[in-house]
Amino acid sequence: MDNMNFLKKILERSGKLFEKGRPLSWAHPIWEATDTILFSTDKQTDSGPHIRDNMDIKRTMFFVVIALIPCYLFGAYNIGYLNDMATTDVSRSMFGNFIFGMSYVLPILIITFVSGAICELTFSVIRRHEVNEGFLVTCALIPLTLPPLVPLWQVFIGTAFGIIIGKEIFGGVGTNIFNPALTARAFMYFAFPTRMSGEKIWAVLPDGNTGATALAIPANSPKNIASDLFSEASNVAPNYFDFSLWKMCWGLIPGSIGETNKILILLGAIFLVYVGIASWRTMVASVSGLFFTAFLFNILAGFSTNAMLTITPLQHLLIGSFLFGTVFMATEPVTSAHTNKGKWIYGFMIGVLTVIIRSVNPAYPEGVMLAILIMNMFAPLIDYYVVKSNIKMRIARNA
Amino acid sequence: MELFSTESKKIVTDPLNVNNPISLQVLGICSALAVTIRVDQAIIMTFAVIFVLCSSNVAISLLKDHIPSRVRIVIMLAIIAGLVSFVDEVLKAYLYDMSKQLSVFVGLIVTNCIIMGRAEAFAIKHGPSKAFLDGLGNGLGYGMMIILVSFFRELFGAGTITLPNGGAGYVLFSIERDVEWLINAGYENIGLLVLSPGAFFILGLVIWVQREIAGLEEEE
Repeated sequence: MDNMNFLKKILERSGKLFEKGRPLSWAHPIWEATDTILFSTDKQTDSGPHIRDNMDIKRTMFFVVIALIPCYLFGAYNIGYLNDMATTDVSRSMFGNFIFGMSYVLPILIITFVSGAICELTFSVIRRHEVNEGFLVTCALIPLTLPPLVPLWQVFIGTAFGIIIGKEIFGGVGTNIFNPALTARAFMYFAFPTRMSGEKIWAVLPDGNTGATALAIPANSPKNIASDLFSEASNVAPNYFDFSLWKMCWGLIPGSIGETNKILILLGAIFLVYVGIASWRTMVASVSGLFFTAFLFNILAGFSTNAMLTITPLQHLLIGSFLFGTVFMATEPVTSAHTNKGKWIYGFMIGVLTVIIRSVNPAYPEGVMLAILIMNMFAPLIDYYVVKSNIKMRIARNA
Repeated sequence: MELFSTESKKIVTDPLNVNNPISLQVLGICSALAVTIRVDQAIIMTFAVIFVLCSSNVAISLLKDHIPSRVRIVIMLAIIAGLVSFVDEVLKAYLYDMSKQLSVFVGLIVTNCIIMGRAEAFAIKHGPSKAFLDGLGNGLGYGMMIILVSFFRELFGAGTITLPNGGAGYVLFSIERDVEWLINAGYENIGLLVLSPGAFFILGLVIWVQREIAGLEEEE
């Protein structure tokens, strides 16, 4: 513990330099951030309300990051595994695959954090508020939503856009309307479409090979049964991508870095619900919205030549980033609906919109990003009417 | 009133900065979004608007004692529409390709809120020389903003800077042609900026920076 005392002393002494009127006072937020990340605060309130639990933003954010770590590890392994499968003269161990994948994931992660930290520090220095840890979660989420072959400078610009336009212009953490991580991804999707969609970016493959995601297969196909298309894609050479239900669940398929393994995402969901951060209502509601709409579309499939309509509800659940978005993006406490009834409506509509965008709009094979952003926009409105109807109900009951 | 007094200087410079029609009054946004894809279009549009704004202000100011207040809007519109038709015809005669690119947006200067707004708020109450300066100031304020927006949109969206020279324009600067190493290093144009949401983002950021510099806060 001697080391810790030493560190604390340095921080305390240097802290005086950052006080009001001293030469470095402009950089006080930076000092404050270092101090509170390393040590819990020694400030105590003299009068109530007193906070008994130390469950602050920092702890909340920390739990989310813990839930994301398995996705990172598997994402890196998956990149190596797919490359190994597709390359004939390469054979790596499991660990070798992991290291190979990490060489793609780590640079993206580092660039995201550098960009996010620069934006956050700049704004806290200009606005003289404390550095808020919220950007750490935003930055931890962004790489998981990106394809492994995304250019790094685009990651830098996208993250800056997400933090500034998605969060800071609304006033910072807690006052933003749109999920900053998804804002970043949406910006990159529309700004650099060739780098964020198509068949060449979802896995690191040798030249000449393409790796379409599971969603792109029925999207680019004339009328056929989606299940047949999946098994066909799995059996036709080069057959290293297996789109059977079990493989899609286990996540050894091309896709964004963090979304392919549904089992780890489910574990993350259970963890987040257990520690009380994410709302199970939102998750259950959006899955039921997805099932409902997919089932409806299955019935209507006979009247259309669109193969996307034939995807069964379970396949819809397992392909694409729907589960990842539902668990880690839609449940974000700031941008989701706040009332319990509102969360049901909000979540259900995310599921409905995801299937509609996936199936009906050929330009966007994956719809969960846009679905969540659209519902982010409507969340305050949903809350408003839930509260209104509650007031009306209680007046009627007591009248 | 002297033409070069402090007051008349203020009439011209205020709309450039603290009272900018686009960034502070948020008028004329429709055309600011539509014609800012290329710098040359924005420049031609600026000239058209300055001409219409100055002459409509002067005309309305000269007529102000003869316009019955109940029908003033109709009369203003008639004057403005006449001037706009004139500009439109001139563009068609001498800059046909450019007028085709600007298409309906020259005609739509009629409905540009800035022109009607200045006529109603300023020209109808002031003498012709002041009205002329006001028109000039607001036209320049409008032009400054749309040229700035179009500069960023064209540079980062399409990778070029085009100056007016017939229909195709003169390409002053092109990332592909002039800074090849940047392309080789993996640079790509931000396609989003060419679409209308891109114009909204750029305009929003420009307004943000401009208000920050002017030191203005939104009233609570």
